[in-house]
Amino acid sequence: MNSKITNRVALSLIVLCAVIMAGTLAALLGYILYQGLGSISWHFLTSESNPFLAGGGIKDQLWNSFYVLLITMLITIPIGVSGGIYLAEYAKPGKLTSFIRSCVEVLASLPSIVVGMFGMLIFVNYFGFHYSVLSGALALTVFNLPVIVRVTEDGFSALSLHQKEGGLALGLTHWHTIKTILLPAAFPSILTGVILSAGRVFGESAALLFTAGLSTPNLDFTNWNPAAPNSPLNIFRSAETLSVHIWAVNTSGIIPDIQTVANGSAAVLVICVLLFNLLARGLGKAINRKLSGKS
Amino acid sequence: MSHLIPLTAVYRLSDKWGVMMNTRKAMADSAANVPAGPSLLREKGIIKRFTDRYSESRGKAIIYSSAFLMIIAVVAITLFLTLQGLRSFVIDHLNIWNFLTGTEWYPDRASNPQFGAFPFIFGSVAVTLLAALLATPIAIGTAIFMAELANKWGQRIMQPVIEILVGIPSVVYGLIGLSVFVPLMRAHFGGSGFNLLAGALVVGIMILPTVASIAADSIRAVPDKLREASYAIGGTKWQTIWKVVIPAAGSSLMTAIVLGMSRAFGEALAVQMVIGNARNLPHSIFDPSATLTTIITLSMGNTTTGSVLNDALWSLGLILLAISYIFILIIRYLSRKRVV
Amino acid sequence: MKKKSLLTLGMLLALSFILVLGACGSSTAGSSSSSSSASSSKALSGKLTIGGSTALQPLAAQAAKEFMDKNPGVQIDVQGGGSGTGLSEVSAGNFNIGMSDIFAENGKNIDAKALTDNKVAVVGMTAAVNPKAGVKNLSKADLIKVFTGKVRNWKQVGGKNVKITLVNRPDGSGTRATFDQFALDKQTPAEGITQDSTNTVKKIVAQTPGAIGYMALSYFTANDHSVVKLSIDGVDATYENVASGKFPVWAYEHMYTKGAPTGLTKAFIDFVMSDAVQSKDVPAQGYFSESKMTVQRDASGKTTNK
Repeated sequence: MNSKITNRVALSLIVLCAVIMAGTLAALLGYILYQGLGSISWHFLTSESNPFLAGGGIKDQLWNSFYVLLITMLITIPIGVSGGIYLAEYAKPGKLTSFIRSCVEVLASLPSIVVGMFGMLIFVNYFGFHYSVLSGALALTVFNLPVIVRVTEDGFSALSLHQKEGGLALGLTHWHTIKTILLPAAFPSILTGVILSAGRVFGESAALLFTAGLSTPNLDFTNWNPAAPNSPLNIFRSAETLSVHIWAVNTSGIIPDIQTVANGSAAVLVICVLLFNLLARGLGKAINRKLSGKS
Repeated sequence: MSHLIPLTAVYRLSDKWGVMMNTRKAMADSAANVPAGPSLLREKGIIKRFTDRYSESRGKAIIYSSAFLMIIAVVAITLFLTLQGLRSFVIDHLNIWNFLTGTEWYPDRASNPQFGAFPFIFGSVAVTLLAALLATPIAIGTAIFMAELANKWGQRIMQPVIEILVGIPSVVYGLIGLSVFVPLMRAHFGGSGFNLLAGALVVGIMILPTVASIAADSIRAVPDKLREASYAIGGTKWQTIWKVVIPAAGSSLMTAIVLGMSRAFGEALAVQMVIGNARNLPHSIFDPSATLTTIITLSMGNTTTGSVLNDALWSLGLILLAISYIFILIIRYLSRKRVV
Repeated sequence: MKKKSLLTLGMLLALSFILVLGACGSSTAGSSSSSSSASSSKALSGKLTIGGSTALQPLAAQAAKEFMDKNPGVQIDVQGGGSGTGLSEVSAGNFNIGMSDIFAENGKNIDAKALTDNKVAVVGMTAAVNPKAGVKNLSKADLIKVFTGKVRNWKQVGGKNVKITLVNRPDGSGTRATFDQFALDKQTPAEGITQDSTNTVKKIVAQTPGAIGYMALSYFTANDHSVVKLSIDGVDATYENVASGKFPVWAYEHMYTKGAPTGLTKAFIDFVMSDAVQSKDVPAQGYFSESKMTVQRDASGKTTNK
């Protein structure tokens, strides 16, 4: 009797929590889009930002955001996934393992501003990468790595033991089992984690302030030679990303249409995150369907 | 993890079978139209025997070097930030104790400059605790909803909700805090509206999805057997969740919360936009205040390398790092306690 | 697909190692190659890195854009980072030009003698007051009382009965240094909200009853009554008064080079000092051309007639 009432009350509270969470998102999205959609136009997306006149766009910043994200992921995913596999499959309980686990935790709890400071000290100054896409991506790697590691490890641990034993019983090597059985099985959950982290990377600003810089050279979008200083692909040029741009126009911009640019950029940023999610969701679903469709 | 140890012995012996069985598996796979099929088929060429052995050691090499890289990253960060952070004490001869407990921060004053970082440490801790207090119940509740209660429909809504919330950049949260919370605070509590509570609110909302998503993952990782056992002895849904699932997921739940807290602790720009950045100790949560991160972002660019203020800011960064370590020790302590 | 990704994984790992290792040696090779361009040749080419003061960044960015349009072979990278960063990096040779709101002599740990100062603009500033405070003019003594917390209510200095809320700038910021030195006569302001961004300061002052902050004159526009532009000792905060030396709260915007500028660096600085920039972009961004000043000021803050 009593436990039934408790049960009902507690469960309603839990549902309420979920409703609050969903409501928060609805309110946030509604606010951002309501404020920002008006200022998004084709011109806004495809023209360069203006240092002090109204009517500038966000072309370069948008490109930089994607490019920094891409480079970050190129570095992070291989290292992070293999790190996660190590922890899930190879690590034997012991001092070393617990040390590596602590390392992951440390990396995970590092404030992004600290990562930015470290990036400035090491990548920007010591290695002499200056403010660049590469410095930014390396700094982002530091704080994105633990997320991917954790996601991979969790994905592997959540697999049933049968799958591992099945592979090993077939006589596959451990590595082969991981490669052909476990990794594909854990792939959807790893993918979800990667998207989650991509969202964070895409919107990160504090770590990039000190590493990717607050400016972009004049980019020539017809020059795709990565070595050219004005090429969009050059990783040694400075790159102001969209989220840094929002911060920068709000803090030091003297353009008259700050509000428009900031709101528009925020809306674009959020829309990009939404698109990411949709895309990855579709991908994940497609993979899942393919995997489960056969048996 | 322990189950792997006996198994490792098994698979090494069965290396040779693996080749044969691989082929068989590959054929079965391709018949079943698994996407991985073609690559496996390709593999059974002449070099198969070598690739298998190579791939084992190569795979291991990759995996071990990535683990090694993570160690390097942590060591490098700790080492360099410590060296840089200690400069203000070693080279500029600031007194560590005064630095940590002093409440006056007047680095620019020509006569008798003061470097007392306590208000910032206090501000950071206060924002973090308040944010965790606000976020934890809702986040864990949502996590339980997602992992235990929700039907397909609920799942289909909540998972993207969380992922999108995580993806919303902190700058945007700050912008919203600035244009929604601050005016609200000003209207209801007077003053400028920039205060500790506004900062905690913004950060609290920001860490909601982080905590919820990790917590949901850890709840899902609890094996179904436990739940079934609880239901079998007549436990209600709530009893099962409260007495079985949460304790079983305990340490990872704490990890979720502490990770959320550490994100709150390290958040810079969003907090900076709403907290007011006053450098004295706040008397209430309705007073403007400052955190370690906000003072670093505010002042870093204006300082010259090697100046006392610059060194002092690096020391603040070192404190941030140290407190991150304390967070980790707390997690470790809690998870050990749970297990025993 | 995972097979492929695992193969590339190894390569990427190796790549990242190489990058890390290779980078160790390249810390000196990274600086830009301005010297490669001969100043005599008509077609300038090369790369310039300019960085520092975020206040000056838009002007530099605009000038750089125009300069690059004229000289397609030139790449100019204009970065922010703050005045301190500008001074440190130009001293270290990482920036070709370091932008600063303060004199290098006042930057701590900077060897000012190694740097060449180019005063590219003048910026005037004054206090911005919330309209509800009911003041339009303050004597300097009263202004100091307000900012040092000796008075807490606007009625004590002739305003309405509204509590005073201070909005400061971060330590080391050029705006703060200038305001403290010339408006507050080097008194340390009392504690209050601290904001880096002029836009945020303006927003706070506009929205908070009784708030007072300070900002560059360009942020006060004629039709904007959200904040009151404070006159000090009865002198309007205008560039005419700054130029004539009547209004004391102003500072130079500097572009520092390490040693005397040469080659491309010199060409760019000459361009910034030219009429094209000084009479068009400088006023357009709310600055004042240094050449129109009738007074001058040295690093210690001593003002003399030119």
